[in-house]
Amino acid sequence: MRFIEEFRDPHRARVLLARIEQLAAQLPRRRPLQLMEVCGGHTHAIFRYGIEQLLPRNIELVHGPGCPVCVLPMGRVDDCVALAEHPNVIFTTFGDAMRVPGSRKSLLQARADGADVRMVYSPEDALKIARDNPAREVVFFALGFETTMPSTALTVLRALEEGIDNFSVFCNHITIIPTIKAILDSPDIRLDGFLGPGHVSMVIGSAPYEFICHHYRKPLVIAGFEPLDILHSIYLLLCQLVEGRCEVENQYRRVVAAGGNDAALQAVARVFELREFFEWRGLGSIDHSGVRLRGEFAHFDAERRFSVPNLKIADPKSCQCGEVLKGAIKPWQCKVFGSACTPKTPLGSLMVSSEGACAAVHSYGRLDLIRARELREESA
Amino acid sequence: MNDTLSERDTGRLARGQPARGRVDLSHGSGGRAMRELVDAVFLSAFGQPQAAELEDQARIALAELAKVGDRLAFTTDSYVVDPLFFPGGDIGALAVNGTVNDLAVGGAVPLQLSCAVIIEEGFALADLLRIAASMARAAARAGVRIVTGDTKVVPRGAADKLFINTSGIGVIPAGVQVAAAQARPGDRILVNNFIGDHGVAILSARDDLALQVPVKSDTRPLHGLVRALLDACPVHCLRDATRGGLATVLNEFAESAGVAMFLDEVTLPVHDEVRGVSEILGLDPLYYANEGVLVAVVPGEHAERALAAMRAHPAGANAVMIGEVAEAPAGRVVMRSAFGGERIVDMLVGEQLPRIC
Repeated sequence: MRFIEEFRDPHRARVLLARIEQLAAQLPRRRPLQLMEVCGGHTHAIFRYGIEQLLPRNIELVHGPGCPVCVLPMGRVDDCVALAEHPNVIFTTFGDAMRVPGSRKSLLQARADGADVRMVYSPEDALKIARDNPAREVVFFALGFETTMPSTALTVLRALEEGIDNFSVFCNHITIIPTIKAILDSPDIRLDGFLGPGHVSMVIGSAPYEFICHHYRKPLVIAGFEPLDILHSIYLLLCQLVEGRCEVENQYRRVVAAGGNDAALQAVARVFELREFFEWRGLGSIDHSGVRLRGEFAHFDAERRFSVPNLKIADPKSCQCGEVLKGAIKPWQCKVFGSACTPKTPLGSLMVSSEGACAAVHSYGRLDLIRARELREESA
Repeated sequence: MNDTLSERDTGRLARGQPARGRVDLSHGSGGRAMRELVDAVFLSAFGQPQAAELEDQARIALAELAKVGDRLAFTTDSYVVDPLFFPGGDIGALAVNGTVNDLAVGGAVPLQLSCAVIIEEGFALADLLRIAASMARAAARAGVRIVTGDTKVVPRGAADKLFINTSGIGVIPAGVQVAAAQARPGDRILVNNFIGDHGVAILSARDDLALQVPVKSDTRPLHGLVRALLDACPVHCLRDATRGGLATVLNEFAESAGVAMFLDEVTLPVHDEVRGVSEILGLDPLYYANEGVLVAVVPGEHAERALAAMRAHPAGANAVMIGEVAEAPAGRVVMRSAFGGERIVDMLVGEQLPRIC
């Protein structure tokens, strides 16, 4: 495990933190710097290692839209439940998608009510269930960014090759670039730079982010997921900002190649095509931000194979997931954070997955809030 | 299938050979078939004279209990683990050790157990024999007797293969007083062993996870270790970190006593294999079930002596100090990372679900 321990070395962390401190002191003091980590994996690591509280006070981390479970609209969850409740369907899903609330119920509740919902670790597992149950229809709930898209694509190709005709995919895959663009176009945005997603970049490479530097003049550093990766990436971003540079840098070179992964990209291009628009929870409709199966794979497309309600369900009015996702407010500034919306009773999906900003703050990060409250009580 | 064990099966059992039959509904009927099953499987494995009397209850001499201490401890637990056999153990060993440990962490000397089984129709007799033998071995290792029991057979589909309930009685020696509410600021937190092994062994034994992890369940009796610890120094709290893991136990201590529990991440004993699986699946070793992990909270001034006593016992050879008790934030468990960051370790909401990527 030395490969991991090296990226959690306290001495190196202290050196990096000292350098970050020096650079932060050179920044203009008009307002705190806002750096967005796009990926939910980063959000999780930042809270797990308490990284935010180690940073200088004039650096704020904004927890972006990179948790695919968190940005899933309620109507799509309702569609999943409808598919799962079909009497002949075995509905297969990744674990953390099971708790996302729909307007009626979650997949966990649907299972408790009798639906055959099974947790899988990969689409290959779902295909195996289809092989083993030829008389049943097996639907795989495909979601995630470019990270998980290739494995879905390869599984569909495998199903085609093997002639498995009781397998289909409910496709909710989304793409990262239009989403970042939508965030940058948002009028209430005031971000200064990005920690780019490591796993997505492993597939797409670094070139697709260039427009962020050229058009929006914001630097981006592709970051790994270990605590030192994150600190190092913040340091690289600060270097750029202090030196007045604006580039795409790749901190996660041990995994991410500049050109991405050709084989994965080819499989994705073969199986998927862009949807004109896709609905995001908290962010609304974003053009060309989702994919669906191409016509030649219609047989494997659960949306064409079954009828799903496909209703748009508005987010609960009290939820401010969108503002949190864009960094306009902090999770605890949301009107319902910790009261009506908790990990036990999530209203917004940011409270569902441990990668969601609200769930992460609620589970890991309340220490500061509790201490602040205690101090206030002491002084009162 | 006949309405009794087949003659071939009983013959095989008499010769100490594996049986090939399956349990059917007649084995739960209360009639001859059930009697034969109980004789062939449970009595031949457990083999105690009291159980052989086959009364509806075990009869326990109070004078014998009174010799050991001044309070009776009584506990019950049901075991529904899937799969039934996993690296390092099986449901039978788990059912005995789990109940022994539930008694032990109250400071009790475990003495006698009951064993109730709910068997799904069609369950392989050979597996039942294997599990009964494992229970007998675990009971012998822990020095407890299985003195009463019950057998039910339910139609196929009404239960998942086999469920076991074990209840146990033990006696708490005079003067022994451990309770979650006794944790005090300044106390130290100790564990006897690596965490997460059992949870990962179960995960890796399930067919749906294509991960080969060389980790074994840590199921074992802990009362000997508890005894050694109680003999060495005053102990404020004791608990075995089963379902919900270390995080849940510490949260229960913190809430009961109204104190804060601070953990040092670098000192947490986690095998590399367990850490690796957790990284891949996005799960936290703090929440995995354990079956042989004892969490002890002892006064700060006695911590070193407690640690030495634990390490001197075979079940505590890997014992380490993992943190301390503080005043604030009251009711919270806080993890300190290697480079100074702090985060709350909360109770889990529902079960741990693997992350998508």
